[in-house]
Amino acid sequence: MGKKLAITGNQAVAEAMKQINPDVCAAYPITPSTEIMQRFASFVSDGVVDTELVTVESEHSAMSACIGASAAGGRVMTATSSQGLALMWEMLHIAAGMRLPIAMALVNRALSAPINIHGDHSDGMGSRDCSWIQIYSENAQEAYDNIFQAVRIAEHEEIRLPAMVCMDGFIISHSIESMEFLPDEVVRDFIGEFKPTNPLLDVDKPVTYGPLVLPDYYIEFKKAQHEAIKRAKKVTLDVAKEFEKVSGRSYGLFESYRLDDAEIAIVVLNSAAGTAKDVVDAFRDKGIKVGLLKPRLFRPFPYEEVADALGSARVIGVFDRADSFGGFGPMYMEIASAMIASGSSPVMINRIYGLGGRDFMPEDAEAVIKELVEIADTGKATTLKEYIGVRE
Amino acid sequence: MVTSRDFEGRTPAWCPGCGNFPILKTLKEALAELDIEPHGITVVSGIGQAAKLPHYMRCHTFNGLHGRTLPVATGIRLANHAMPVIAVAGDGDCYGEGGNHLIHAARRNVNVKLFVHDNQVYGLTKGQASPTTMEGVVTKTQPFGSLSEALNPLALAVALDCSFAARGYAGDTEQLRHLMKEALLHKGFALLDILQPCVTFNRVNTYQWYGERVYRVSGGHDPTDRIEAFRKALEWGDRIPTGIIYRNVRPTLEERIPVIRDVPLVAMPQAQVDPDRLMQGFY
Repeated sequence: MGKKLAITGNQAVAEAMKQINPDVCAAYPITPSTEIMQRFASFVSDGVVDTELVTVESEHSAMSACIGASAAGGRVMTATSSQGLALMWEMLHIAAGMRLPIAMALVNRALSAPINIHGDHSDGMGSRDCSWIQIYSENAQEAYDNIFQAVRIAEHEEIRLPAMVCMDGFIISHSIESMEFLPDEVVRDFIGEFKPTNPLLDVDKPVTYGPLVLPDYYIEFKKAQHEAIKRAKKVTLDVAKEFEKVSGRSYGLFESYRLDDAEIAIVVLNSAAGTAKDVVDAFRDKGIKVGLLKPRLFRPFPYEEVADALGSARVIGVFDRADSFGGFGPMYMEIASAMIASGSSPVMINRIYGLGGRDFMPEDAEAVIKELVEIADTGKATTLKEYIGVRE
Repeated sequence: MVTSRDFEGRTPAWCPGCGNFPILKTLKEALAELDIEPHGITVVSGIGQAAKLPHYMRCHTFNGLHGRTLPVATGIRLANHAMPVIAVAGDGDCYGEGGNHLIHAARRNVNVKLFVHDNQVYGLTKGQASPTTMEGVVTKTQPFGSLSEALNPLALAVALDCSFAARGYAGDTEQLRHLMKEALLHKGFALLDILQPCVTFNRVNTYQWYGERVYRVSGGHDPTDRIEAFRKALEWGDRIPTGIIYRNVRPTLEERIPVIRDVPLVAMPQAQVDPDRLMQGFY
């Protein structure tokens, strides 16, 4: 049994990084993730980790340094938010294309303009197609637990892809909650020793990273990447099972909350899911069969499993804390794909909420569930996509 | 008659005692003394404590992304070179993430005035080493001291043949006002590096630290002598020179682009051309 402490999300992630003791961390400060590397720097200073901490002049350089260190053969981690991730964007593809298992904490924050430092998922969703494994976390405990599992999944020999663990900026990163830590030796045994594949520092076996590949082979590389990230679904479950053994906390591809017989389902990611679960309980108390699905593994997306879990729902409300302007929210598109591919056709609505960190209140979830109840009665949805909680 | 009150904006959210306050006040005074009206100037910034300055001014403002102040200012200037454009940045913003843009703005000699609030630390993200943090200075993320040599912006400017390079100090607003006005009146790109204590996160380069070191360059210094300017720019330590270190006269970017040389882009009449007839000329 690990110790229990009241701690912020950022501190929890910094603590996890300390226990992992990576070879190299390269980072650049950005709100709200700054505190992670700042605390980690104090671990470097105190000599409790052996990490080479590289402080650079931009996030682009931070990811570039991570790529160099990872290709050289090190276990590498970093943290960022928002514009930091956006600036890394082209390097995110390099990390994935070179199959480098870098692990990153992404403290979700809105994108400019207008400038805003608060939490939404625009940054993570904006890097959806970068071939990084994406794991989302409801609270500090999940972020802490997910970091270890992300390292294991990323470094798995059948995958070898970078992974990011996401948590909501400020709402989780700066809020104090009670959570449980794993003992250092448990973490050490769980993540194991890093075994580099094709490291540049293996001078007896010279390798090349990033040569030119033209139409003759490029698509084969990309298909291989797709096959590799698809395998992450099974590995995520295997790793979660192992993690449960050492921690007592169980994780899946997503969390199902009172979903088994649900006729009405809502899909909510990250911290807002915690709020929405209480509202689900209130409706259940009134005898209304509502359930909630909280996605965890967003890339690769577990389409079949999600469709199966939502199978009994006639009406689904998908909440998105990010938007694809001119289209549906990114989570809605995934859920719609999952349902269509499974052959079921529930009525689905998309509600955009909480952009730029606007609070998601129980009343917001309540209003949408009420609307879903009405849709279930009439079988018709008036507006498929709508912003909620907007001042008009 | 323009007064500095005409530029009065929102109440700043800087720490009490921050060196940004005298810089903001002096900028408003300099603009008023040059009789520039709020609608006659654009102030551009990126991200950082300095980059908040446009929020606290009443004039045309543009607040963009970290490090990208100069490219945006260049674009604005090319669209309307009848309007003076001031780019405001911090040492982290302009010498770090946007460092490459500084080099090219100086090369191009775009007629933009760059005022760098140089407090030798990252203030917005609470105290990490910036490019001008002195080697060995311990910060929260550089626990063993900054490993790199501090960037010398003035030496860089002289090496780049930057058409105007000066250093001011937030604690000497009389000289600072003079330097801001000189920069605004200068034809060409101007870098004004302004030493500015960060009272919260920089415990090394304090008002006292700067006060003991800064001195105004004497009338004997010839800023048109590049070698002498380079020698002056390299002075840092027990004595830190402030004033115009280097200046030269060379064509601006706007002057080198024939289509906008005489008339700013925004002032050009819309072409009265029938696009269909124009296209026919190509077939």
